[in-house]
Amino acid sequence: MDQTQDIKKHVRTYIAVFIALLALTTITVAVSYLHLETHEAIIIALIVAAVKGGLVASFFMHLISEKKAIYMALILTAVFFAVLMALPIFAHSDPIMMKHVP
Amino acid sequence: MEIPYTIDSRPDTGLFNAKLGIWLFLASEVMLFGALFTSYILLRVSAPEWPHGSLILNVPLATLNTVVLITSSITMVMAWASLKMNNFKKYRTYMGLTFLAGVAFLLIKGVEYGTKFEHHLFPSNSTFFAIYYTLTGLHGLHVIGGMIVNGYLWGPGSRMWKTRPERFTNRVEVAGLYWHFVDLVWIFLFPVLYLL
Amino acid sequence: MRKYIFSTDHKVIGIQYGVTSLVFLLFGFTLMMMMRWQLAYPGIPVPAIRFALPFVVVGLIILGFSKFRSGIHLLVGTVFLLLGWMIYYLTTDELSMPDGIMLPEFYNSLGAMHGTIMVFLGVVPLAVGAFGNYVMPLQIGAPDMAFPKLNMMSYWVYFAGGVVMLASFFVPGGAANSGWTSYPPLSDIATTGQTMWLFGMVFLITSSLLGSVNFIVTVIQLRVKGLTFMRLPFFVWAQFITSFLLLLAFPPLEAAGVLQLMDRLAGTSFFLPTGLVVSGEILPNTGGGSPLLWQHLFWFLAHPEVYVLILPAMGIIAEVIANNTRKPLWGYKSLVYAVIFLGFMSFIVWAHHMFLTGMGTAISSFFQTTTMIISIPSVVILSVLLMSLWGGSIRFNTPMLFALAFLPMFGIGGLTGLPLGLSSSDIPLHDTYYVIGHFHYVVAPGTLFALFAGIYFWFPKITGRQMNERLGKIHFWGSFVCMNLIFFPMLIQGLAGVSRRLYDGGTQYAHALNVLYLNEWMSVGAWAMAVFQIVFILNLFFSLRKGKKASENHWQATTLEWAATPTPPVAHGNFARVPEVFRGPYEYSVPGHPTDFTTQNQPS
Repeated sequence: MDQTQDIKKHVRTYIAVFIALLALTTITVAVSYLHLETHEAIIIALIVAAVKGGLVASFFMHLISEKKAIYMALILTAVFFAVLMALPIFAHSDPIMMKHVP
Repeated sequence: MEIPYTIDSRPDTGLFNAKLGIWLFLASEVMLFGALFTSYILLRVSAPEWPHGSLILNVPLATLNTVVLITSSITMVMAWASLKMNNFKKYRTYMGLTFLAGVAFLLIKGVEYGTKFEHHLFPSNSTFFAIYYTLTGLHGLHVIGGMIVNGYLWGPGSRMWKTRPERFTNRVEVAGLYWHFVDLVWIFLFPVLYLL
Repeated sequence: MRKYIFSTDHKVIGIQYGVTSLVFLLFGFTLMMMMRWQLAYPGIPVPAIRFALPFVVVGLIILGFSKFRSGIHLLVGTVFLLLGWMIYYLTTDELSMPDGIMLPEFYNSLGAMHGTIMVFLGVVPLAVGAFGNYVMPLQIGAPDMAFPKLNMMSYWVYFAGGVVMLASFFVPGGAANSGWTSYPPLSDIATTGQTMWLFGMVFLITSSLLGSVNFIVTVIQLRVKGLTFMRLPFFVWAQFITSFLLLLAFPPLEAAGVLQLMDRLAGTSFFLPTGLVVSGEILPNTGGGSPLLWQHLFWFLAHPEVYVLILPAMGIIAEVIANNTRKPLWGYKSLVYAVIFLGFMSFIVWAHHMFLTGMGTAISSFFQTTTMIISIPSVVILSVLLMSLWGGSIRFNTPMLFALAFLPMFGIGGLTGLPLGLSSSDIPLHDTYYVIGHFHYVVAPGTLFALFAGIYFWFPKITGRQMNERLGKIHFWGSFVCMNLIFFPMLIQGLAGVSRRLYDGGTQYAHALNVLYLNEWMSVGAWAMAVFQIVFILNLFFSLRKGKKASENHWQATTLEWAATPTPPVAHGNFARVPEVFRGPYEYSVPGHPTDFTTQNQPS
């Protein structure tokens, strides 16, 4: 099975990703102890989480070599996810100004 | 009557049925957790004050849980890789470790919840706790679901390796995709709830 | 019997969905007929027998057809008797109808459950679960769905959800009564029935999820050789896009349902604002919640849901029109691009249901714009279907009559939606009977007519027999007249300002007095409508037993389902030989051909 050679290469990648994930976890916890400004903290935490998530998705879930049908469905999902997250918050932050009744 | 492409991939899409199926299911799960994260953001933004997660929640335990889940992810993918390399014994070992990691996660979570309950910190306490328990609770239910599948594939389900090894390998791959997703959700849950 | 009860065969499952959903449709319709009594004759005791008796009579007739041998007649006949009992119980129960006079809380339960049952237990399971399951795999040449066991589970989870919803009528406080929209804070503090509604919805959403994964994988993976995407019957495209809507739009409602359950059972305040006063007292909870959060999550699903209601119907109409004009659809490519665009847009219009919640002009303009844009593909689809009639040799059989009526009825429904989509015109119309008129036009003489067309159309395929044409035409004309009698006056009442969900139909409002007389007309229309549905039900069950035999390809159609083994045997595969496709789906009246139709799988 020459598949075995391919898989062995993948295994090396899996281990590398694992180590990277541990490192990133350490970083994200360490950063939290710096007590940054809230919006800075959010941005950094989300970037680190996105990198970690990206690694899990790309390599453990093999998304990096996946077929068109799958990532078309996922891109569509990502768009709707963004819409779901953004619009209610935007609606909340842009209310009709109401005069205070004395 | 056999359903085509259960085991072999369909040439033009390059996929076997269950792989497409599980990714579609995961897409719907993204929308589910997305809605909860949206709720979190909306509730936090409209709240006059919102506690810093690290002041209320147990960051060390949750960090440990993060490591546990990440480890379970690599053992899960190694379980599948072992099958691809025709090594059933190694598969059993790795899948077993994955299951145990799940047990560890739930135990640690149990300790976390337990100590909170002892201090009378329930979902009804505050909006922060409400969304904390709901998000982690739903995630926990997904962990349990995954463990049931993994347990089955480690135990009685593994009999299929003898009769239909490729179909079994596909099943493990599909279960793995679900399990990685559960890890992925935690990767976002952890910083959002505990560190911000 | 295990073969039929826990079957994994898509055709059996399709029939299970079909029968179950039709029964729920009838039940949901009856709930509304009870409401219409209260609206026509406020405060007058409801004649319980009159509502229960039709169920009993029809049930006995169907049982008679069954000759008490086991089978579908026995099952459905018994179910009708049980429902007749349930209706009688509900209309005579002292807690909801003391001395036969409907209590306002019970009126609200009827309203909330009518909406919930019609949408989630009736129309969608029929349009998607029944028609989609039965016809779609046959139209793509597949031996079954990609995941037959998952398919079976999706039916039984739906069934469980239905049982929970029906059972909710019997708990203290009765069934859910906060509208099918379940807005908090009211729904958060409502009686137990609301909790059961939430659990019922969890079941239904799960069923829908399992189904949609199955449909999408089946269409992508199990098309036979030669069946490219652009050769798919439009019915399959419609089901395909619908499945994406269900897959991606339902989860936020599931999340919202979980949050509302937490509010009701765990004392949280996801949707309860701080300082909420109930019956004169401040509610002792933490507050900090947002009722608008529920609305966003609910409508994120519920808007795509209305496209779930209409898309399969458009798919059916396309098939029936192409077949009964004996010519190809006029703009197949436009139909396909329009339905894809429509599906996408449906996710970004939802807050047009929330124009009165205090949104600012920027976000409101965004949703008005997307709502106006989404009307374009809708109009394209309707226009294509209309233009497909031009130059056709039209056969006016029962399915075609329903399909033809669909066109102007959906037109009225769609056009009446436009003022609702613009916030300034929505201000006087929101939450009035105008809205009810609008959406019923689209779903009742719209989708429901399409579903009737589908039943008459595919009945010969499923059973090998024909339904009676004369009874079919009586069913059609009676329903068509009654639909307009019921729903057109709603547009008038709404324009006069009559609010929806009013127990007394508007008698307390000066602006309603001029149009109150319409209440009785609409109620009579509804009850007359029921009589014509009885004609349909009896036709259905009679024809099952004694209908004229139909040929294999009774309508001389081109699509693959008609090439499947006649009334395909269960679990033996659908085709004697796996078909191969050589051409598009609507090769009717091809010049130079001996017959006026060429099937998709006929070699050139």
